[in-house]
Amino acid sequence: MNYAFDFGWLLDYWPVLVKGIAVTLELTLVGGVLGVSLGVACAWARALGPGWLRPVVAAYVELIRNTPFLIQLFFIFFGLPALGVRMGELEAANLAMVINLGAYGCEIVRAGIQATPKGQFEAGASLGMSRIQTFWYVVLIPALQRIWPALSSQIVIVMLGSAAVSQIAAEDLTFAANFIQSRTFRAFETYFVATLIYLALAIALRQGLRGLGWTLFPKRTAR
Amino acid sequence: MSLIEITEVKKRFGNNEVLKGINIDVAPGEVIAVIGKSGSGKSTLLRCINGLETIDEGSISVAGAQLLPDELHLKALRLKVGMIFQGFNLFPHLTAGRNVMLSQMVVKKTPKAEAEAMARRQLERVGLAHKFDAYPDQLSGGQQQRVAIARALAMQPIALLCDEITSALDPELVSEVLAVVKELAGEGMTLMMVTHEMRFARDVCSRVVFMHQGRVHEIGPPEEVFASPKTPELQQFLGVTH
Repeated sequence: MNYAFDFGWLLDYWPVLVKGIAVTLELTLVGGVLGVSLGVACAWARALGPGWLRPVVAAYVELIRNTPFLIQLFFIFFGLPALGVRMGELEAANLAMVINLGAYGCEIVRAGIQATPKGQFEAGASLGMSRIQTFWYVVLIPALQRIWPALSSQIVIVMLGSAAVSQIAAEDLTFAANFIQSRTFRAFETYFVATLIYLALAIALRQGLRGLGWTLFPKRTAR
Repeated sequence: MSLIEITEVKKRFGNNEVLKGINIDVAPGEVIAVIGKSGSGKSTLLRCINGLETIDEGSISVAGAQLLPDELHLKALRLKVGMIFQGFNLFPHLTAGRNVMLSQMVVKKTPKAEAEAMARRQLERVGLAHKFDAYPDQLSGGQQQRVAIARALAMQPIALLCDEITSALDPELVSEVLAVVKELAGEGMTLMMVTHEMRFARDVCSRVVFMHQGRVHEIGPPEEVFASPKTPELQQFLGVTH
């Protein structure tokens, strides 16, 4: 092997990488917060909501979970303008991620809701709480606690999946890596660095979500 | 005037009629024990009274609040009658104090400070003032059930329904819960309890309802019901449990 490694380009291109990281983080933050919110709302609708709403949400969930993320993204960015719905690449990327995480999050959160003992609903009702109040104050937090590890994994998957948005020229980390590679022809070094950054981001995100879990769900016992 | 009026109540689960025309009137301050074999409909009756089950025929009202299936009427009814369950059903993510505060704040919109003061009073009443900040799974079964009683009391109901509230407890914990109930009875709270604690029913209750196959089979003051049961079913039931 007589390939000479050269990471000298990092000196010139680090601002591009930093901007890419910032975009990836922004997409993950918006996608994570809004996506989980949408997932919770859909989980409520599918598990406890009015009868007419359940098939609507089920159709959305199945549509998203059975099609590729890239196609969803292309449909939003390239397809919707035909109907007069135009948006920039970042908005399209954000929207696609929210819709995608919303569907997967829905199924995960729903599992948590359905594992709630019947007595919790009855206790809420017997104290005069409405069904919505019981869901919000009694059922939701323990349900999220039950599925938090699974939900965290899904958020990390969505963060990594955001690499696809480079295909609509949203300037995320993958876009930055492609850009640098096309200028320097240092494919190995560029994607090696991108890999390390994604790895670090994913580990940091996992730790962050674990920490968030500790604050959201104060530990109950020293078991 | 009766506080709880149960009139010709019928309830079916599919083809299985579990309540076949129940009539019971409960006066204010009365303590009613509902006894009977499992499957006799006693728990279902209790659950109907605060609308956890719908009824197919007849009517139920508590202090003028009618049992009707819409959320507004159910809420009005449930504000008058609290319920305590066999399995405690405390909210696991909230401390004992928060368990008692939650419904006051959410349902009655009581300000937090007031709800907290009420929670402390009610926990004190059941002997658990020192457990305000403990989570349910740090409490024994008996303590959890007493928190559940405090939680129901904090809503200031006119009557309390107790559905086999000591059945899930270890024998040595039963008495601490019954002591609380006995105190409530002494203070004039209207109570209707499904129970297997015959001695407690005999000592504390003003009337005993014996249910059999979805009907009120015998009803009367405990000294009559326990000392001279009229029907062979009750004689057999008491023979089995004594």
